[in-house]
Amino acid sequence: MARVKLDNLNHSYVSNPTSDDYVLKNINIEWNDGGAYALLGPSGCGKTTILNLISGLINPTSGSILFDGKDVTNLSPLERNIGQVFQFPVIYDTMTVYENLAFPLKNRGFETAYIDKKVKEIAEILELSPSLSNRASGLTADGKQKISLGRGLVRSDVNVLMFDEPLTVIDPLLKWQLRSKLKELHHEFKNTMIYVTHDQTEALTFADQVVVMYDGVIVQVGTPTELFETPKHTFVGHFIGSPGMNILPCDVNSQNVTCFNHPIKTSSDLKNIKSNSKLQIGVRPEFIKFSPSGLPVIVNNVSDIGRYKVVDCLIENQRIKVIVNEGDDIPSGKAYLEFNSNFTKIYEDSWMVS
Amino acid sequence: MNKKTLDNKAWLFVLPMFVLVAFNAVIPLMTVVNYSVQETFGNNLFFWQGVDWFEKVVNSERFYNALGRQFLYTGIILIIEIPLGIAIALTMPKKGIGVSFCLILMSIPLLIPWNVVGAMWNIFALPDIGLLGYAINNWLNIDYNFTQQPFSAWFTCILMDVWHWTSLVVLLCYAGLISIPDAYYQAANIDGAKPWSVFRFIQLPKMKKVLTIAILLRFMDSFMIYTEPFVLTGGGPGNSTTFLSIDLVKVALGEFDLGPAAAMSIIYFLIVLLVSWIFYNLMMRNEEN
Amino acid sequence: MSKYKWLVPTLYIFFLMIPIYWLLNMSFKNTSEIINTFSIFPQNITFDNYIKIFTDSTWYMGYVNSITYVGINTVLCVVFALPAAYAFSRYRFLGDKHMFFWLLTNRMAPPAVFALPFFQLYSSFGLFDTHLAVALAHCLFNIPLAVWIMEGFISGVPKELDETAYVDGYSFPKFFFKIFIPNIKAGIGITAFFCFMFSWVELLLAKTLTAVIAKPIAATMTRTASTSGYELGLLAAAGVLTIIPGAIVIYFVRNYIAKGFSLGRV
Repeated sequence: MARVKLDNLNHSYVSNPTSDDYVLKNINIEWNDGGAYALLGPSGCGKTTILNLISGLINPTSGSILFDGKDVTNLSPLERNIGQVFQFPVIYDTMTVYENLAFPLKNRGFETAYIDKKVKEIAEILELSPSLSNRASGLTADGKQKISLGRGLVRSDVNVLMFDEPLTVIDPLLKWQLRSKLKELHHEFKNTMIYVTHDQTEALTFADQVVVMYDGVIVQVGTPTELFETPKHTFVGHFIGSPGMNILPCDVNSQNVTCFNHPIKTSSDLKNIKSNSKLQIGVRPEFIKFSPSGLPVIVNNVSDIGRYKVVDCLIENQRIKVIVNEGDDIPSGKAYLEFNSNFTKIYEDSWMVS
Repeated sequence: MNKKTLDNKAWLFVLPMFVLVAFNAVIPLMTVVNYSVQETFGNNLFFWQGVDWFEKVVNSERFYNALGRQFLYTGIILIIEIPLGIAIALTMPKKGIGVSFCLILMSIPLLIPWNVVGAMWNIFALPDIGLLGYAINNWLNIDYNFTQQPFSAWFTCILMDVWHWTSLVVLLCYAGLISIPDAYYQAANIDGAKPWSVFRFIQLPKMKKVLTIAILLRFMDSFMIYTEPFVLTGGGPGNSTTFLSIDLVKVALGEFDLGPAAAMSIIYFLIVLLVSWIFYNLMMRNEEN
Repeated sequence: MSKYKWLVPTLYIFFLMIPIYWLLNMSFKNTSEIINTFSIFPQNITFDNYIKIFTDSTWYMGYVNSITYVGINTVLCVVFALPAAYAFSRYRFLGDKHMFFWLLTNRMAPPAVFALPFFQLYSSFGLFDTHLAVALAHCLFNIPLAVWIMEGFISGVPKELDETAYVDGYSFPKFFFKIFIPNIKAGIGITAFFCFMFSWVELLLAKTLTAVIAKPIAATMTRTASTSGYELGLLAAAGVLTIIPGAIVIYFVRNYIAKGFSLGRV
């Protein structure tokens, strides 16, 4: 297992790139040995690129990648000793499950006895033992992904295990099972695991720490709770949570914050706000409630999710979503909203004001 | 894949096509079968011969020689063209302008009328006039004359076929190869697989479907070959390059020996059908998987 | 090793171009130069061979005839095969699998087997020495090919498209022509290309079924070789001219060639 550090990584797929051509800009991250991390972001934000840079399938335009302090930027994937599970199952169709799992070890020249022991060990954990002598092509999609995973686990000295949206082709029930299995494996083997996804549920349930990316830049690194309660960028607020954070335009003078000419209390420090920046308030639907007085809105629509309801409110063409618990009353027509000031933040040019 | 609905009215769509093909297939075949079991001395007088013509053909040395030559020819063709086609497809560029460039130039031999192919190679291989003939005789100092030496005639026929048809195998294998997603190569890289392993465990299995079609097509077309070797050598010197089709046409249109020609035709067709049926089943089984 | 990978296709293409170049070379020489001197470039370039072909009607009519019957054949094949391919793709019916295989067997038919029977068949219909005869005869192996290729393409169009059209109130003909056919344009194009190709290159049946009026260029070329002695330069020029239509057509379908050869199954 290894500590992974990305140092000033910039990447462009175009040779002689201009600043617009970079898909990754100034990436700096340090991941600890044995942690479970997620790279979360929308399609095209650069997360698969980072993954492929770490595994060595592509070389960065500038910057370096270090495993345990050692610069591996110029090493091949084989030399970096990593494992990668792809979006769709990648297996060797003509081999049996056993031969698939044994393949990476055979290529590295290990002895048959050792290979046999390792393969059986991993197959047991992945619940593949009954199918060991079957042809790999006959397994279901989740079985094949387990084989892909197994080929990485079989190598006990593997530095990092990487997952590129591995549950994409799996059925929902099996998705859940596979996710649990991954968590279990992490507990047992304490591998460094990096999991790329655009699905926030997968990221938030799998990882100890999540890296949120947007447009080639790292927007926030934090635990799932931190991302939820203190999103540092409006993108994080909007992307995480269902529904995402409400982002409202606001005005700030030295003492007060007003939104649609109504005073709002926030937990942000107003001192360092520059006068000509774009200012917004961010507050999650979970932290708004209806009250006798407050921001005046018109209740537009109610969606019943089951355990709670999402109320769509409107103020001057701006939509605000409020989450109301099952059983609570919902006013109709005109209503007033109160924001929980602890979780109401100000965003300057989309970045949170601390 | 779409689910098909059971509807016999679909026959209406199929009928016009069926009539057109059947006109060309059934009537002539019936004629052939007719001739194969009868003898005619002209004036539309036919006498029942039963299986006599078949016996005559099956016992004729001439037929066996032609058949033997044909199998040998097809065998050599397959042994050369299939591996060669795979090898070239493996080295072709996958992206960029090189792709179009390769595809277009490699396809040109496939679109040349077959008699022009024969004529081109005739001119090309003439001992003192053609580039190939001149080169072999004068630069390699080998005595080469395809109009007089059976071995040289065979050599030229085979070289011509390789020139003409290998591109078909290349194109098919190439299409199979580029459909392999990058992730397979990446996974093999990570697993530490050597190039031979990548070929054996990833590329070759993924090309199975197209290779079956390639082998089927090359077997069929080389087994039925007529024009190119006929224009090149006329079946000679002697009858050293008289392959099955050439012999059949000689008997049918040249000697107008209808009975034996018809019997030979049927046996010929049956051989092609048998082998093709085997390949067809292989192909269909692959598709179901 | 992989640095030199490009060498393989390059050498192969070079190998392919040499005989063609030689033909080109010959076409610009006159007969005496060809027979008496060996040279890689023509020493006295002459356009006489080409001029003869473009001005002598026995020659250029050969091209016209070939293009005519190839064109007729292509149209026939596409028109007849398209509905059949649609049926094979969308429906199950009595004998469908057998019919499909039977079609393939016609592609496997040795033309030599059909040479004499076709001669008799088409003569008895009074179609000997007509473009239509050759066009019809080539349907034997081109229609199966057309059906197979188009069936592959049609199967790639989801059935939901048809169903949506019916729900929207389209009658079948309207749906077929206005919605369906534009969706399989590529498939039709490729099919047409392959019908063109196999009809253009086939010689045995074309020669057997024609004499003077509909004689293809191939027949004119062989006649030259035997009757007026060895006019190699003229022969070469005629050959070069037959390569050009093929090269042009390939350019347009270059991305689909492999798909067509694999009967649409790749």
